[in-house]
Amino acid sequence: MNFTNFGKYILLLKSVFRRPEKTKIYVKAIFQQMDFIGVGSLGLISIISTFIGAVMTLQIAFQLVSDLIPKTIIGSVNRDSSILELSPTISAIVLAGKIGSAISSEIGTMRVSEQIDALEIMGINAPGYLILPKILAGITMVPVLVIISMVLSIGGGYLGGTLSGAVTASEYIQGITTDFNPYTIVVALTKAFVFGFIITSVPAYEGFYVKGGALEVAQASTRAVVVSCISILACDYLITQLLL
Amino acid sequence: MIEIKDIHKSFGDNAVLKGISGKFEEGVTNLIIGGSGSGKTTLLKCMIGLHHPEQGHVYYDGREFTQLNFEERIEIRKEIGMLFQGSALFDSMTVEENIMFPLNMFTTQSKAEKLDRVNFCLERVNLPGKNKLFPAELSGGMKKRVGIARAIAMNPKYLFCDEPNSGLDPKTSIVIDELIKEITEEYKTTTIVVTHDMNSVMGIGDYIMFLYEGKKFWEGSNKEISKTDIAELNDFVFASRFMKAAKGKF
Repeated sequence: MNFTNFGKYILLLKSVFRRPEKTKIYVKAIFQQMDFIGVGSLGLISIISTFIGAVMTLQIAFQLVSDLIPKTIIGSVNRDSSILELSPTISAIVLAGKIGSAISSEIGTMRVSEQIDALEIMGINAPGYLILPKILAGITMVPVLVIISMVLSIGGGYLGGTLSGAVTASEYIQGITTDFNPYTIVVALTKAFVFGFIITSVPAYEGFYVKGGALEVAQASTRAVVVSCISILACDYLITQLLL
Repeated sequence: MIEIKDIHKSFGDNAVLKGISGKFEEGVTNLIIGGSGSGKTTLLKCMIGLHHPEQGHVYYDGREFTQLNFEERIEIRKEIGMLFQGSALFDSMTVEENIMFPLNMFTTQSKAEKLDRVNFCLERVNLPGKNKLFPAELSGGMKKRVGIARAIAMNPKYLFCDEPNSGLDPKTSIVIDELIKEITEEYKTTTIVVTHDMNSVMGIGDYIMFLYEGKKFWEGSNKEISKTDIAELNDFVFASRFMKAAKGKF
């Protein structure tokens, strides 16, 4: 995203946060989007998180070859990795692909088929009506998904570790309950909030300014996912450096 | 009445509109005609605020439109109905929800009142009972008629139609033309139709503005157009052999 695009993105966000024409209709749209983003992604996030937790446990166990290091460390490393990095970032990247491309193509198709023009002619603030519910649903539901992801990732680690015999159940549980720092949850939820904003606003911007036809809508969708993923990783680094 | 004064619009170095002025009266069907690239759709978009002209003014019954900000334009936009070239119906909504959408957004009517209005609009465009269909289930002509129904849902003072006959067979085109003319006369709307369909020009053109290379080249009625000897206009209107042969008979 160059500076011109960034400027247009900021101006679009300014339009998004104008006062809604009718709050009741916006509230209904927010719940629909929460269902799409949150409930609609729950299965995918659950499967990915469980497997990542399981694989992480096996890899940590594989690397801890010294007898001087207690096996309880496997649980605590898996817990902190899941909470601080894997759950927020992997979930966000997966959601950028699933939600981001859908948002970009939906709004892009509305643009090329003049549906956005129709909204504007009616006197409706098209950015607000189309994008605000998505952003509000994103910043609400992505943190919820990340919390679920953390729980399932740690649970997946338990399953992976105990089923493979890499760690015993008591060692793993002792590991995940020892020296827990609740501040890591704050960092993770801050990341999830910012990622939720990126996942919804960047694809909405790409879709809103599409010009052309079906090919350009598809290109905008691809660009939305790429820009969202890069933005997520850049913000991940910034937040980590600022908060830890 | 809508008045435009000295409208200029460029895209980069390409000057599309070069100082167009004119008046469009209420209760008559006003047509903007011209060849491809003559600037007719750009002019329409400048009039409704989808494009911002670099110079010039648009007045809706004396109210200056071009200088207003988004919030100030809303009051005028509530009085505008628009039929788009591709109908621009909301894909995810049924016919009923499409027509009810502006009523939901801007009125405090009860559900029953809104439903009555939807049914009235659907009957007006000869599509009674089609409430629950989705746009994907409609033919091109039906989509246009639903587009008109949505455009008149808020009782507009100004009705804009962008190429209402594009992609339609001649018989359906005449139905749409007649519907636009009936609505214009019945509700005394200021109707502006952008078209290059010669059946529309000869059939419903109470007032015609001909654009050529971004300028207003001619204006008059459908009765006057057949008597003109302006070469550029004749080349456009009477381009086909049939129209050339029929010219003296209009």
